[in-house]
Amino acid sequence: MAQESQAITDARQYMEVCNACRYCESYCAVFPAMTMRRAFTEGDLTHLANLCHGCKGCYHACQYAPPHAFGINLPATFAEIRQESYAQHAWPAGFGQLFARNGTLVSLVATLGVALALILSVALQDPAVLWSAQRGAGAFFRVVPHWLMISLGVLTFGFALFAMTMGARSYWNATGSPSGAFSAGPATEAVTDIVTLRNLGGGGHGCNDLDDSFSMRRRWLHQALFGGFMLCFAATCTGTIYHYFFGWTSPHSFFSLPVQFGFWGGVLMMIGAAGLAQVKVITDPGPVAKKLAGGEFAILGLLFLIAATGLLLLAVRHTGAMGIMLAIHLGLVFAFFLLMPYSKMVHGVYRGLALLRNAQEKRRMQPIAAGG
Amino acid sequence: MVDLTETFDVLVAGGGNAALCAAITACRAGARVVVAEHAPKPMRGGNSRHTRNVRSLHHGPTGVLTDSYLEEEYWDDLRRVTAGKTNEPLARMCIRASEEAPKFLESCGVVFQPSLSGTLSLSRTNAFFLGGGKALVNALYRTAEALGITILYDTEVQHVVVKDGFATEAVVSHRGFPATIKFKAFIASAGGFQANREWLRKYWGDAADNFQIRGTPYAQGRLLKDLLSQGVQEVGDPTQFHAVANDARAPMEDGGLAMRLDCVPFSIVVNRDVERFYDEGEDVWPKRYAIWGRLIAQQPDQMAFAINDSQAQLNYLPPVFAPYKADSIAELAGIIGLDAAKLEKVVADYNAAVQPGTFVAQSLDDCRTEGLTPPKSHWARKIDQPPYYCHPLRPGITFTFLSVKVNEQARVLMADGKPSGNMFASGEIMSGNILGQGYLAGFGMAIGTVFGRIAGAEAAKLVRN
Repeated sequence: MAQESQAITDARQYMEVCNACRYCESYCAVFPAMTMRRAFTEGDLTHLANLCHGCKGCYHACQYAPPHAFGINLPATFAEIRQESYAQHAWPAGFGQLFARNGTLVSLVATLGVALALILSVALQDPAVLWSAQRGAGAFFRVVPHWLMISLGVLTFGFALFAMTMGARSYWNATGSPSGAFSAGPATEAVTDIVTLRNLGGGGHGCNDLDDSFSMRRRWLHQALFGGFMLCFAATCTGTIYHYFFGWTSPHSFFSLPVQFGFWGGVLMMIGAAGLAQVKVITDPGPVAKKLAGGEFAILGLLFLIAATGLLLLAVRHTGAMGIMLAIHLGLVFAFFLLMPYSKMVHGVYRGLALLRNAQEKRRMQPIAAGG
Repeated sequence: MVDLTETFDVLVAGGGNAALCAAITACRAGARVVVAEHAPKPMRGGNSRHTRNVRSLHHGPTGVLTDSYLEEEYWDDLRRVTAGKTNEPLARMCIRASEEAPKFLESCGVVFQPSLSGTLSLSRTNAFFLGGGKALVNALYRTAEALGITILYDTEVQHVVVKDGFATEAVVSHRGFPATIKFKAFIASAGGFQANREWLRKYWGDAADNFQIRGTPYAQGRLLKDLLSQGVQEVGDPTQFHAVANDARAPMEDGGLAMRLDCVPFSIVVNRDVERFYDEGEDVWPKRYAIWGRLIAQQPDQMAFAINDSQAQLNYLPPVFAPYKADSIAELAGIIGLDAAKLEKVVADYNAAVQPGTFVAQSLDDCRTEGLTPPKSHWARKIDQPPYYCHPLRPGITFTFLSVKVNEQARVLMADGKPSGNMFASGEIMSGNILGQGYLAGFGMAIGTVFGRIAGAEAAKLVRN
């Protein structure tokens, strides 16, 4: 077996202190899950790290936080372990290395995506479409052919889904014993936890987003980003249904469902991505894993750009700027799909699985009780 | 920049719960307050940083407390642990006022948690701070800052100029530089002297070098000593302290709660000379943990060793440091540096004295020894299932009992019995008035909050007139 990382070794030592202290038991799911264990394997620590939402409550409340000799810093250490688990379970094997300089990778792929989209639309169509106004049904497809848009979308998104499913399987097997048949209770609880972001509630009073004061800022910003993302996904789905089932080709009117979903989704995504980036800039750096910052800022930047170019596309779609804007937007979107399995985006998969495992454990395991 | 030339209404010396409750109360009553905290900002809060809950009287279930906990029961609990070494009127006043403590702390931004598993089952009597004492300390400082209270970190009050029971100014070390702070009223909330080994050495000799200080290393007792040397009346046995059984490998200072071990009832405990010295199974651990610190402090080299076997491992909370482990008693003795033959004999004698019984970890069971001195009255099972384990133990001191004497207005009393003109006290520096011996979980925070509020209100009243 490969040698353990420093983060795993640190986290095990921290857990041994935390499990004897337990002051944080009301903050989030990590601590009750910890009390169900007495020893901590690498799989256990990976599970707990992915269960951690990085709310930082435990850091600011910790009597053993730096500069104490124990120097306990769970949010930063767990963030590093999460990143290690993303790399370890990436599919195909070896692609985990892409997490090493993730900020550079994400920026580079996004740039290449835009460049490629611009080159392709010029190469495949009449270059004039890039600056001449296109109107009426099928206007977009005169810039990027429909078959190309669909096949690139299906290929990149399909690949991302497949790669993330393989990663999920690998992660699930590595972080615990197979836990028997699927049952609805834990699954419902996990989905509720994801949708409500309960664990970013700090036990009801919010998290230490910026410092030792409590707020719901990250929770709401993440909700905006996640909700916006889902609305944009809904926009794509309704657009597809319109196209194939009703034969209604884009561009659709502003008050049509796809455009309304996309518009509000884009606005929410921009608010969420910009807000979360701002929190990262101004937050107390103590409980932050600095070496992950590049990848995190890059993916927030990419999400922001996707939303921004989408909205700009809507604004300029009847002008000569539409061609270039569409190519840029699609280039970013396809780059994003390709990057999903190799960026911060996978946190959704592993966090979801960690919440599911936690919901299962709560039903079959007991906290190790005090001696008297 | 802080202007130390101004004359403040109130100077609070100290930076824990008692100090901040006093400062916030005085400030809300209109006083201009400055707080001098000896520790740097990340280590602020004194022993409050390591606490977890406050014991609070209540007439019925509240959001954070179950059932009810009334004055007579609270008083009874206190009388039992102090063996009468208390001041009944002052204690009862504190107990009654503790009812308001959680509400006051909530008004300062402190969040209480719904009671969960807990380590000791205290949800009826004690309200738990969400995240523990450091989260409480953070909330109090945040409130104090918002009120405009001047907070000086790295600032130790070293001497108070007292004339005829009236204090005029304080000599401080402010970020390493000497300074003076002028004030109209003074509140002493700077804790006990448990982190001052020199002072402990006066009563305990070289043994003091082996005491672990569980809490803040800033409890040097400098202000306590200064006040007592200037005609302030003292109360409480200066030689005594509250101490628990700590892991011998814990840091010598600031190791906090997680260093305590609760393996004793499920082990036999021997000293350096491989002799058992007390009934390990006398009572349930919450009622016995506080005497074990003293017991170990009285052993040669202030060391003890809890020995058990594989069947005991799941009966107590996981310890921070893994126990020493061996397949035979002789091998274990070798690892911990004890006489192997002697330890084998102690274990064999104990095993021979164990009577059959039904083991119940959580309550007083009928597993006991017969004909053994000292006996083990409960949880006595043969130690015969390898591997064998040893947790090394040392005394971990929580706080000292020596205090300045105060009255019901938290006013410091001078040696002639007269109240000081403008000096008040709250927290550990005066807790010996009520707690002459022993301890009740969460009672230190009750004393700190209650007397902090009284001291703050009285000081503000004084400067207003």
